[in-house]
Amino acid sequence: MTGTLPTPTSQELTPDQLLAAYRVMRTIRDFEERVHEEFAGGDIPGFVHLYAGEEASAAGVCAHLDGRDAIASTHRGHGHCIAKGVEIGGMMAEIYGRSTGSCRGKGGSMHIADLSKGMLGANGIVGGGPPLICGRALASKHKGDGGVAVAFFGDGASNQGTTLESLNLATVWNLPAIFVAENNGYAESTASSWSVASDDIADRAAAFGMPGVIVDGFDFFAVHEAAGEAVARAREGGGPTLIEVKFTRYFGHFEGDQQLYRADEVANAREKLDCLKRFRARVTDSGQLDDAPLDQIDSEVASAVDAAVAAAKAAPKPGPDDLLTDVYVSY
Amino acid sequence: MARTITYREAINEALAQEMARDERVIVMGEDNAGGEGAPGEMDAWGGVLGVTKGLYGKFPGRVLDTPISESAFIGAAIGAATGGLRPVAELMFIDFMGVCFDQIFNQAAKFRYMFGGKAVTPVVIRTMWGAGLRAAAQHSQSLLSVFTHVPGLKVAAPSNAYDAKGLMIAAIRDDDPVIFAEHKMLYDTSADVPEESYALPFGEANVVREGGDVTIVAIGRMVHTAMEAAAELASSGVQAEVIDPRTTSPLDVDTILESVENTGRLVVVDESNPRCSLATDVAATVAQDAFGSLRAPIQLVTGPHTPVPFADALEDLFIPDAAKIAGAVKTAVDYAR
Repeated sequence: MTGTLPTPTSQELTPDQLLAAYRVMRTIRDFEERVHEEFAGGDIPGFVHLYAGEEASAAGVCAHLDGRDAIASTHRGHGHCIAKGVEIGGMMAEIYGRSTGSCRGKGGSMHIADLSKGMLGANGIVGGGPPLICGRALASKHKGDGGVAVAFFGDGASNQGTTLESLNLATVWNLPAIFVAENNGYAESTASSWSVASDDIADRAAAFGMPGVIVDGFDFFAVHEAAGEAVARAREGGGPTLIEVKFTRYFGHFEGDQQLYRADEVANAREKLDCLKRFRARVTDSGQLDDAPLDQIDSEVASAVDAAVAAAKAAPKPGPDDLLTDVYVSY
Repeated sequence: MARTITYREAINEALAQEMARDERVIVMGEDNAGGEGAPGEMDAWGGVLGVTKGLYGKFPGRVLDTPISESAFIGAAIGAATGGLRPVAELMFIDFMGVCFDQIFNQAAKFRYMFGGKAVTPVVIRTMWGAGLRAAAQHSQSLLSVFTHVPGLKVAAPSNAYDAKGLMIAAIRDDDPVIFAEHKMLYDTSADVPEESYALPFGEANVVREGGDVTIVAIGRMVHTAMEAAAELASSGVQAEVIDPRTTSPLDVDTILESVENTGRLVVVDESNPRCSLATDVAATVAQDAFGSLRAPIQLVTGPHTPVPFADALEDLFIPDAAKIAGAVKTAVDYAR
């Protein structure tokens, strides 16, 4: 059942929808580029994994989601958070370890979550999200609210038992779940071409009785179309889908990774494949949008990211009283 | 009105009453109904030992059989709990934590703290623990201490049918993840259990027997073994106070300390392995906080530092018995500085 979709059309998207998608991708890109700079400056503690280059996946999938829907993310989770509507001010403050952060400074980059937005958390455990998403999908099915749940995971997690078990359970229970395998070519420093035994991750869908599709992850419209089909099928009770999104991440596995395992693929991707460049060319060449509103978004996003960084740096750190709180709801 | 029912029936009744009260409560696990996809009847098993038998018919669509796929369905129960349900998932044997522990200790246990107090994960994981069924090394462990060690989890381990019902109802109503450990050797034991619904608060120990000479702390099946020992000791003039913590997280430290302050002696009984165990945990707490009250060294009665053996001759040696407990009590009572 694995297949590559024909070149999709963007004609069904309204100008407002196109602008919203662009804003999400631009916000992710600027946010990540800025975190990269700030981390290099030594102001950000801990482990940070950046999503730059992969924006079309989060934006293309989450464009189909609403307040009923939940997503689970990965250690490389900033993009998913932004695409699901988590405020970047809280995210940046969280990354800085401040009390104004999304998780009050107790989670950090790998654990940003906003349950009120259906964002079930970035996750420090590779393969941690798919079982949780089966549960969110089960909850929606049980409540009959029409919600779907999406597990984003990487090529590394595609080899985890949790992921494979979840693919099986999702079909067995006929869950409104979508599994998005973001194959950026490397699990840490190990190539997915080596670590994934099948030719493609999407091939595995057949073994679990669900459709599997491969999409060009640099192409927002390809992701959007594949995700649209999967979400519609899930909402209608048609069960889960596995979507493999192929692309390259622009930064290392984590900030500080010297990337000795890579060749010059990033420069090529940034130059020739970049999702933002392709999106802009596509919508302006087709006459759907002018450059002006896109430029305006660029400017607004740059200001918003500046403001997020400034606010994070100025925000208070958590205090001793915060150490012991919120282990339990009741003690 | 109380009747005499079994531990198994008490848990089933608690589940049924909570499912009737709150439609968000769902039950899932391997063979929890039994027969899914098979040509015969549904509800063929009601769980491997019949604890969930009958719920399938009473609550259509709310008792789910699962593949033997603990990572996926324990994780799904946790995910569903974040999505507004109150799942009760069965991890058939506590030993199987090894195949799904990430979802329990890295996901469920940490959501609330790690997400800044904004997550609520009301999941109950029922699991069968303890030695005695000749089930050998991978189906007989205790392992409560592993869960007790993890902040964010609550751990209940009822020793009798009355506690089992009240603690299960409390567990389902609790907004935190709860490990509900059912001792496999207690399912057929009976007690007077009220028909009406009641919740027993976590973190409140039960003083099963009062006595002034020694404090015995025991949990699960060992409460009964400790009571046997206490009866023997009473015949030789030693009055033991037997305390059943009922939950190991939270642990009712105050009741234990107050007792030791009165008796001056502590014996901790734990059928688990001895290192980093409930026994060492209680002993360390008392040594730190009630040292001045102790009139003798704390005595620990535990299984040995071995896996649980299969052969009945060996398993019976593994599990602490009343004679070992009585011997430990005598050591404490006879101790002279």
